[in-house]
Amino acid sequence: MNAPLNPTQLRIDVLQHAVATSMPHESAHLHVTGEAIYTDDIAAPRGMLSAAIGYGPAAHAALKSFDLRAVLKAPGVIAVYTAKDVPGVNNYGGIVLDDPILANDLIEYHGQPVFLVVAESHLLARKAARLAKYVLEIRTPILSIDEALAAKSYVLDPVTTGRGDAEAALARSPHRIGGKTAHGGQDHFYLEGMVAIAHPVEDGQIAIQCSTQHPTEVQHIVARAMALPDAKVRVECRRMGGGFGGKESQPALFASLCAIAAARLGCSVKLRLDRDDDMIITGKRHPFQFEYDIGFDDDGRILGADLMLASDCGYSADLSGPVNARAICHVDNAYYLEHVRIRNFPCKTHKVSNTAFRGFGGPQGMFLIEHVMDEIAHALGKDPLDVRKHNLYGLTERNETHYGQAVDDNILHDIVPELERRADYRARRVALREQNKTCRIIKRGIAMTPVKFGISFNASHLNQAGALVNIYSDGSVIVNHGGTEMGQGLFTKVAQVVAEELGIDIKRIRVSTTDTSKVPNTSATAASSGSDLNGMAAKDACRTLRSRLAEFAGKKWDVDTSAIRFVNDGIEAGAGNGVKRWAFADLVHDAWFSRISLSAQGFYKTPKIHWNRDTFKGRPFYYFAYGVACAQVAIDTLTGELKVERVEILHDVGSSLNPALDKGQIEGAFIQGVGWLTGEELVWNGKGVLTTHAPSTYKIPTAADIPEEFNVWLVENSPNREDTIYRSKAVGEPPLMLAFAVHQAIRDAVSSVSGYKASAQLAAPATAEAILNAVMAAQAHRLVPSPLAGEG
Amino acid sequence: MNVLRFFLNGVLVEREGVDPHTTLLDFVREERRLTGTKEGCAEGDCGACTVVIGELSKDSAGRDRVSLSPINACIRLLPTLDGKAVFTVESLKSASGTLHPTQQAMVDCHGSQCGFCTPGFVMALFALFKNETSPTRARTCEAIAGNLCRCTGYRPILDAAQVMYQKVPPAAASCSTDMERWLFSPATTGAPPLPGESELAEKLISLVRTEALHLTSSAGTFIAPRTIEDFSAAVLANPDAWILGGGTDIGLWVTKGLQTNGVIIYTGEVAALKRVDETDTGIRIGAAVSLEAAFHAMNRLYPELAHVWTRFASWPIRSSGTFGGNVANGSPIGDSMPALIAIGAEVVLRRGERQRTIPLESLYLDYKKQSREAGEWVEAIVMPRRSTAGVFQIASYKNSKRNEQDISAVCAAIAVTTERGVVSQCRIAFGGMAGTSKRAALTEQTLTGKAWSETTVRAAMEALSKDYSPISDMRSSAAYRMQVAQNLLLRFWLESQGEPQAVRLF
Repeated sequence: MNAPLNPTQLRIDVLQHAVATSMPHESAHLHVTGEAIYTDDIAAPRGMLSAAIGYGPAAHAALKSFDLRAVLKAPGVIAVYTAKDVPGVNNYGGIVLDDPILANDLIEYHGQPVFLVVAESHLLARKAARLAKYVLEIRTPILSIDEALAAKSYVLDPVTTGRGDAEAALARSPHRIGGKTAHGGQDHFYLEGMVAIAHPVEDGQIAIQCSTQHPTEVQHIVARAMALPDAKVRVECRRMGGGFGGKESQPALFASLCAIAAARLGCSVKLRLDRDDDMIITGKRHPFQFEYDIGFDDDGRILGADLMLASDCGYSADLSGPVNARAICHVDNAYYLEHVRIRNFPCKTHKVSNTAFRGFGGPQGMFLIEHVMDEIAHALGKDPLDVRKHNLYGLTERNETHYGQAVDDNILHDIVPELERRADYRARRVALREQNKTCRIIKRGIAMTPVKFGISFNASHLNQAGALVNIYSDGSVIVNHGGTEMGQGLFTKVAQVVAEELGIDIKRIRVSTTDTSKVPNTSATAASSGSDLNGMAAKDACRTLRSRLAEFAGKKWDVDTSAIRFVNDGIEAGAGNGVKRWAFADLVHDAWFSRISLSAQGFYKTPKIHWNRDTFKGRPFYYFAYGVACAQVAIDTLTGELKVERVEILHDVGSSLNPALDKGQIEGAFIQGVGWLTGEELVWNGKGVLTTHAPSTYKIPTAADIPEEFNVWLVENSPNREDTIYRSKAVGEPPLMLAFAVHQAIRDAVSSVSGYKASAQLAAPATAEAILNAVMAAQAHRLVPSPLAGEG
Repeated sequence: MNVLRFFLNGVLVEREGVDPHTTLLDFVREERRLTGTKEGCAEGDCGACTVVIGELSKDSAGRDRVSLSPINACIRLLPTLDGKAVFTVESLKSASGTLHPTQQAMVDCHGSQCGFCTPGFVMALFALFKNETSPTRARTCEAIAGNLCRCTGYRPILDAAQVMYQKVPPAAASCSTDMERWLFSPATTGAPPLPGESELAEKLISLVRTEALHLTSSAGTFIAPRTIEDFSAAVLANPDAWILGGGTDIGLWVTKGLQTNGVIIYTGEVAALKRVDETDTGIRIGAAVSLEAAFHAMNRLYPELAHVWTRFASWPIRSSGTFGGNVANGSPIGDSMPALIAIGAEVVLRRGERQRTIPLESLYLDYKKQSREAGEWVEAIVMPRRSTAGVFQIASYKNSKRNEQDISAVCAAIAVTTERGVVSQCRIAFGGMAGTSKRAALTEQTLTGKAWSETTVRAAMEALSKDYSPISDMRSSAAYRMQVAQNLLLRFWLESQGEPQAVRLF
């Protein structure tokens, strides 16, 4: 039953109408009443204690000694643990073992955990954690990408890859531009901070309840830290209050800390991070710096490209290897780069270790090429949309990526012109330029950007999933799978798949808490792959159950199993007056009575993919998801303030499993992308201390920041050309990158200040200050007097 | 009177020996196991902990009403709820299981994804539902400016704020009690209270005290005097006490600074400090008047400033926070002070029996240094009526990284009177440019007596650079602050000239 599915099986009709409908999130009624249980809401077992982390007070220092006597003496304190108290491996690194759970003798970022204090309450633990005294030998921290590059400070070896002969192509190009740009990091700001609870269980076992996108990794790392076999650690997660990649590799740290304390104390221990501690201790989106040298023809078509991508990985490797790999694999975005050299430097700095964040390097790579597109357009005096169109991957030629994957499902040649029409892009662009001539202070800009995003984990082995479907004898159904629910609606979509497959009312189905003891060895719910992988695994399990039930019914009815239809909350065979019907609850009750197994495992592995991480070649992605956005912004040239006025989006989700949830993912990702590129600014001071560690200083978008005119359409009649679950496409990450349209529109507006003579000197985030600086730089370029210079 | 009494979701809570530092959030989550209210930041900035409080009020017809406002439970100290009604998200669904119109609208509009912020949004929308009959999109944005959602991109939540009014008839049919019928009914204008509201008002009246509330516990004492005399005596007797207004700053001392104080004296129950008195010369606002109510009063005299008050923190913070607290705190980035200084407001200080009134600007000496004496506290703020001589123009501009619920990088307030095209008087104050909100003396001097022209304004912009030496921090650089401050003078001038095209976005 674990054999790969026959693709022809996938082309079944949607009979039940459980998929392709906009049913609400399976927990919506619990969200709105406050009845949905998050990890911190779980009723405490008797005697549960709370823990808090004591963290390093410097960015880079030798930890000579520390004095925890005051911590131990503080009211309510039960115990304090340090590195020497970790029974197994004192490291939570998932790929490279360079992430100590508790620091030994070296502190490599301000916020690095040094000890854990356990107390009678959350507040008492937090108070005690502040009482430690450290003897440190301060070392010079590396706090920027430039410093790291100069010192050749890397977490992993730099990579050089590409295709063709970039140098020669550049040399023979009629036009050539070069430059630098950069973007900042981004805090996940999941509304629910990191939280884990460890319960000691008999015979040395540990049970963990944890807000995590990756229960299996938490299980494996806790087991390793506790020197236990994986089978003695069980991890559960019903739901997260947001993840966005932040809860992929990092929850293992907090779960491990709880486990260490719970095992020693013999009682349950909870560790819930205060928001400031969460933002100080946990990693963020990787900031990148770029250099480029681009050769192009008179149409703006790129002939040669030499690209340098340097990322700030923080102090350890964490997921930086795959994040940088995805940046390399998305530096093309939607454009054919025939001759390209890519150099990538994963820089080590003395900051928190940066990690997965929605897009996972993809947005970073694409930031560069979208900047380049605008620069080319500016150099040639062309509409940037025309330059982008000239560079799109072709349909029959110019359609292989620089890493060797054919782009054979490209729909951008249809959807870019379609959105251009729907958004009335050309006419609005002309009108805004005209308006900018007379509008003295407020300037407007518009831009359209496409997105192509590869779907699958780059590392092929991660593209597998399991599911367990149990039918109870009353006809109710429990589905369990390896995916986690963080708000994206995965549980809803999987329930829809099961309802569709079994032909039953979705009310029969409960998707239960993700649990490592039910489905083992799962991958993180990440890379937008949740529904693709787990939906297929659940479907596989349903197919097994269907064949058992069909065989049972076929014998009873004396019909061929192929004549049995799973529809209308039961099964049917025959037609007209001769139709036979067996209600689902009766059927499964009778099947149970006849000793038919009503529980099945399902398994799925993504076909066709392969990746050679040494040569950076292969087909890492099963398919691509596409989208295009048009954004109009207004800026205030006196203050740099920004308003995103209007946005149109046309996005590809294949055949949608749930249009409402998909639209929610598109809108939410887009606004999150806008936050990354505009107002969300992480500021570190000269000592490597994060000064924006709370929502008072780190500003994610609010309701008023969204465009008043915000039209989002799903591409219609566009089934996935690959045999994915009901021909749908992944949607979690790709729309985040549609936000580039906003950044480019700001650059367009800034450029107007120079009479479009200069391209805007604007990196990201485009805060009001950054925009005002770019405006002032543009004013220096203009030939006509500035309004600030006394123009009447 | 050592017993804290309030209604939580309609049930009377009575507590003795309360640690006065306990937050409402910890109380409902930890002690009452009402875990629908979430902690997202514990500093009043994300709204995941939003609950609604009901307080006794009188309507224009003199009827007893219960006014409902959203607050952040995370920084609201529990003893301040004495005599009030608290509604958490658990209170909305009817006993028969029917979702409240707000909740149903959120479900139908797909307004939740991860769901963690959702109870806070539901309560903010519930407050809106009970206060507005048909809110505009702008009003809705303002009402939920204190609620962060990281998943949805807000569009479906804004939709829900419209749709919730359409969900009333089907939902209301399921109500079985007067209280439910009241909760399920949207705001009305001028209508008499529903029986459920009157019933709650009567319950709250039964909790009204005439004597001070004294809560003592091993962790400290909470005193809520009823009269100015008692209050003043308590402050004199406890020189190290915290004087607590709405707790929107002190709450953070507790949740973030992890501080405690042996005595906390609460302004919020002193009737005389909650008065807004309009006189011939101006409006006198008691120190304990909420920011929301104070701004409403101020808008009557200076409607041009109204827009900046909608951007002052968030509705829950403005509902909890007090005008006197903002002024007494005197933060260099407080947004009410520049405007108050520009209009020439005065502050009434009191120590024991002694009262004195000084210009507000003379209260602030330097960063966290005030001319208040030990034991002296802010009793009221007096706002003068607008100048009638010449042409009086005034504006306040807030500049911050995010437009809603953010701390200003720069906050400007500019009041200029011109007579026959010449500046006869001007008062200009900035926040974020120095250790206190401060007047721009040189700039004012440069403008006064000069023709109100761009040339004059540009000279004033130049002078401004000598008035201030701002700092760089995580909000913005010193250079940006100065540039923006100068440009805001230009904006003011452009607006005063009736520039045909818009000169600002917010």
